Amino acid sequence: MLYEKGQRHWVAFTLNGKPVSGEAEPRMLLVDFLRHEIGLTGTHVGCEHGVCGACTIQIDGEPARACLTYALRMEGREIRTVEALAGDDDALSPLQKAFKRNHALQCGFCTPGILMTLDAWLKTNPTPTEQDVREALSGNLCRCTGYAAIVRAVMDFVKERRHA
Amino acid sequence: MAFRHIGTSPERVEDAALLTGRGRFMDDLPVPAGALHAAILRSPHPHAEIRGINAEAALALPGVAAVVTGVQVKALTRPFIVGVRSPIDHYPIAVDRARYVGEPVAVVLARDRYVAEDAMELIEVDYAPLDVAVDPILAMDEDAPVLHTAHGSNLVSERTFNYGDVEHAFASAAHVVSINTVYPRSLASPIECFGLIADYDPHEDVYDVLTHFQGPFAIQPVMAMALQVPSSRLRIRTPPDSGGSFGVKQGVAPYAVLMAVAARIARRPVKWIEDRMEHLTAAGSATNRVSTLEAAVMADGRVTALRWDQVEDVGAYLKAPEPATLYRMHTCMTGAYDIPNLAIRNRVVVTNKTPTGLNRGFGGPQVYFPLEQLMRKIGNVVGRDPLGIIRRNLVRPSSMPFTTPSGGVLDSGDYGALVEQALLEGNFADLEDARQRARRAGKLYGIGYAACVEPTISNMGYITTVLSAQERERAGPKGGAQATATVAVDPLGGVNVSISSTPQGQGHRTVIGQVVADALGIAPDVVRVNAELDTGRDPWSIASGNYSCRFAGAVAGAAWRAAGELRTRLARVAAAKFDCPAEMLDFRDGKIIHRENTNIGIDFKRLAGEGHWAASTLPPDLPQALSVTEFWSPDVLQPPDDEDRINGSAAYGFIFDFCGVEVDRATGQIKIDRYISAHDAGRLLHPAMADGQSQGGFAHGLGAALMEELAYDADGGFLSASLADYPMPTACETPSVQIVHRQTASPVTPLGAKGIGEGTTMSAPVCIANAVADALGLEQIDLPLRPAKLAAIIEVRRL
Amino acid sequence: MKPAAFSYIRAESLGEALDALEQYGEDARIIAGGQSLGPMLNMRLAGPEVLIDIMGLKDLDRIEFTDDGAMAAACVTQARFMGRLELPRAQPLLHEAMPWIGHVQTRSRGTICGSLANADPAAELPLLLGTIGGVVIAQSKRGQRGIPAGDFFKGMFETALEPDEMLLAVKFDAPKPGSGVAFTEMAERHGDFAIVAVAAVADQDGVTLGLGGIGPKPIVKRFDGLAERDVKAVLVGLAKSLDPQSDPKADAAYRRRLARELGLQTVLKAMERRHAV
Repeated sequence: MLYEKGQRHWVAFTLNGKPVSGEAEPRMLLVDFLRHEIGLTGTHVGCEHGVCGACTIQIDGEPARACLTYALRMEGREIRTVEALAGDDDALSPLQKAFKRNHALQCGFCTPGILMTLDAWLKTNPTPTEQDVREALSGNLCRCTGYAAIVRAVMDFVKERRHA
Repeated sequence: MAFRHIGTSPERVEDAALLTGRGRFMDDLPVPAGALHAAILRSPHPHAEIRGINAEAALALPGVAAVVTGVQVKALTRPFIVGVRSPIDHYPIAVDRARYVGEPVAVVLARDRYVAEDAMELIEVDYAPLDVAVDPILAMDEDAPVLHTAHGSNLVSERTFNYGDVEHAFASAAHVVSINTVYPRSLASPIECFGLIADYDPHEDVYDVLTHFQGPFAIQPVMAMALQVPSSRLRIRTPPDSGGSFGVKQGVAPYAVLMAVAARIARRPVKWIEDRMEHLTAAGSATNRVSTLEAAVMADGRVTALRWDQVEDVGAYLKAPEPATLYRMHTCMTGAYDIPNLAIRNRVVVTNKTPTGLNRGFGGPQVYFPLEQLMRKIGNVVGRDPLGIIRRNLVRPSSMPFTTPSGGVLDSGDYGALVEQALLEGNFADLEDARQRARRAGKLYGIGYAACVEPTISNMGYITTVLSAQERERAGPKGGAQATATVAVDPLGGVNVSISSTPQGQGHRTVIGQVVADALGIAPDVVRVNAELDTGRDPWSIASGNYSCRFAGAVAGAAWRAAGELRTRLARVAAAKFDCPAEMLDFRDGKIIHRENTNIGIDFKRLAGEGHWAASTLPPDLPQALSVTEFWSPDVLQPPDDEDRINGSAAYGFIFDFCGVEVDRATGQIKIDRYISAHDAGRLLHPAMADGQSQGGFAHGLGAALMEELAYDADGGFLSASLADYPMPTACETPSVQIVHRQTASPVTPLGAKGIGEGTTMSAPVCIANAVADALGLEQIDLPLRPAKLAAIIEVRRL
Repeated sequence: MKPAAFSYIRAESLGEALDALEQYGEDARIIAGGQSLGPMLNMRLAGPEVLIDIMGLKDLDRIEFTDDGAMAAACVTQARFMGRLELPRAQPLLHEAMPWIGHVQTRSRGTICGSLANADPAAELPLLLGTIGGVVIAQSKRGQRGIPAGDFFKGMFETALEPDEMLLAVKFDAPKPGSGVAFTEMAERHGDFAIVAVAAVADQDGVTLGLGGIGPKPIVKRFDGLAERDVKAVLVGLAKSLDPQSDPKADAAYRRRLARELGLQTVLKAMERRHAV
């Protein structure tokens, strides 16, 4: 199927567990589509060339940069954004709580991307070392915290989950 | 003062929203109907005449509403005023000449950013390239290409200062030790780039800009004058959240003016979101500086005089508030040391590079980089280790408050004690052992130090030090810095606070909640804090904003005073009620209770509400007990005197860092073994947040030391336009710092707090550089400490 | 930084993708993971008329480990391949080296074939293919052909693929019995493209050494019968013979140094890990 440039086309996928659809030109970045077509502004734009990680979301359970994905490519996929982490009653997830307890954010702009990377990665890496955590975070830049509190929060989360 | 909430580290009220994606940053906010989206066509040339701009094809593209050029903007604006008297016209867009790569040349307004960028590609600009001046020393040559022909040269300011008797000190010195350094450009670059929504009302002749401008709001009248309106007709509003700034979002000001004019021309609101490539190229920069520093040294290592020669490169224009980077530190050019004689020669130069501005550390790194390397060098000359030299020269606690030769007043601190505490808690002995062991094993390992004072709460008059005393007298004195806070009670007894501090992640709303809770004896969750600023509605001053670490000392102090005044009034209301002296009433646990008879009392909420509901029952001489607005300016901030002495900041923190670093022989890569930073920032209002500032400040300093440089080639071409070319440290490159605390209250601020936030950015570059120089056996080293550079040194010196 | 406009084909069959390639030729780009192409599109450094999306093609999802080697079809992501249990024994060099590639987010989307087709001189996968040996399967409407690894990389971002060809799969040769492998990379930051990357395979007959980040394509040298005591001299000589590029991060002299120092470390490590059969 050819989707003509310069025209908007429908795309439908599952977003945070619910079906969504909207219109996009072929060149529309997924992050722009999520933010402005769908209206979920939790995913942020930091660089548009795949380095800073602020736009990290999950596609079919894997962390991915939404600035390097074009909206129409997501037909039929399962997308998760930061808005999926808290419960329907707005209760913070255990990872979010660990961040809050440990002051792992300051301006909060990089935070959604970091949470989405960790949420996926911790599922397959349940008992990381500090160095493992730092390497997992190497694709997410933060300019406020110096990463120290973020790493502490993750180790705190891991410890808490082990005891649970 | 004993506090219940101040000095603790509660979870932040800001966090839940930010963690769940409910932050409200500039690009998240609703856009006015009909708004156009802007894209900026920028000069690819560092220096070129603009002969013509043909936007026909761009305008013909469907979805494009307008193309705005410099000629149109010039017709509606005046150039920005600058800190020095000189005919340098700085508009927010190039008019007949582009003077740096990335300078705006045309603004496209279209239905969305995608189309706007398409249109940009269709604009034809006829450039005639000119010769460039890139190096600041060469730019001062007689035959250097001149950027601003009306001014006639690239040297835009030269001032000399002499305090004490420098000549005599050098003449009687046992040694004269000197150092030459070149400090490179970098940018503290937040993850959120600039953004704004601008509009113009032609009927009331009012510009309205919603943007995360961080202050200082001394720039607001600069913007207003550029727009040819009084301050009251430029309404600046800030969004609820700002994604980091570190000084950089002072640089959105010229863009606010540009887009405000664009909105006026297009007769529609304009939204502009800067992208990362624009940001790295043209948002701003720390100044690069060439310094020569000489010290007159006695045989025992005591320094009796410093002679500075600083050549400051501010880029293509003196963007307001420059040359503030150079003068911010004027007040403490002797650093943490008791050096009685001081001479300074300052030259400010323009070059074909991005105009500079506020950037975390703001002049501190450029001063401590030569100074702390010189202290190490003095050690070598005199035959003492650098630590000994530092200890010998530190200001003594008995001298506090200590007046520096240039008029700075270091308010408090026992610097020597902090050094000893740091060495002990940071296990310095272990680091020395590590160095010994490493060297025995043939490794390249070094230890470095840095001792710095961190000036906080800027004196708005310090920039006038660049003028002569006569010029200052003509212009009128400038000094002081008003922080504002309003504390009010609502009809149900809740407390609402608004502050003019434009936070960008520093947790102001949480900390003010703690402060006001302690002032009024209530729980922090009864206090709601709003930090959004609206110059059309809120109390503000030219000092408003969040820069130079003013929050903890000045803004929190103003909130404390406002809440204290409100408490005094409420106490009078209760005293009248209970027919007892107001001094007998305690505010605690959400109640106002008689100290001797706890049966006499009333809930805070109830009493507070009475001001609304029962105004008629208030004591007749009490005007109201509903709302108090406090403007607080530290007494110690006066204009410069006739001898060019100025106390540039109100409160000074002290930082002492040391670290152990290994340099990999094969690759030249640096591995930081341990980094310890000791900090006295007065009373810490929220210790965990203070630590966060130290860690974050360190990361910026580390980046500048190791890998961040906004680089230009010899022809003025810009080399760092993407995050691949301008690498910022990730979690793998940023070790955790061991932080050592000491709290010596400031006598100057209401809560005894000083600022904290720029200190480790000032100290880390030179601390790491000193360690690397020690590892490689060098007298000194320049930044950035890239692996290739260190490997070349290792190779050449056969290390 | 928004891309210039392009049309988009979501290929539902290999034939559809090949038809489009034939029709549009150089005006079309295949997109799989998008990790290399995305930044170029967003920065308007690439401006194809048409993007052909092959990620939906089910058949191109295959991974096979045989005695012959390891095969990854065009849509196999780096993360999926790295997660295979067979990998450490079947492809020890890839197992060691692939964690150096990019970041969690890029490996989950980026494909092995995509990285090879992109042929970035500083990327790890082209170097690894060159060092390990193997063959690239190119497919067009005209037919299918195998291009040996040594002939595939032509220059900076340039491969032997014709405009109407796409990369269908790659096959990495199986390591010879008893081989030892080693990989190392020097980059300013974790996950960056390499300034210099070194891959070494020490088999019973000698050593294959691959250098990445030097010049426009991977440099692969074979040293038959190389003895441990001669490694240093060989690498000193090799480094001297190189003509690396200079850029703001690293000049030619530094790259030569890295080739020599890291080459020495890596070759010796590979030899150490070699064992008798």
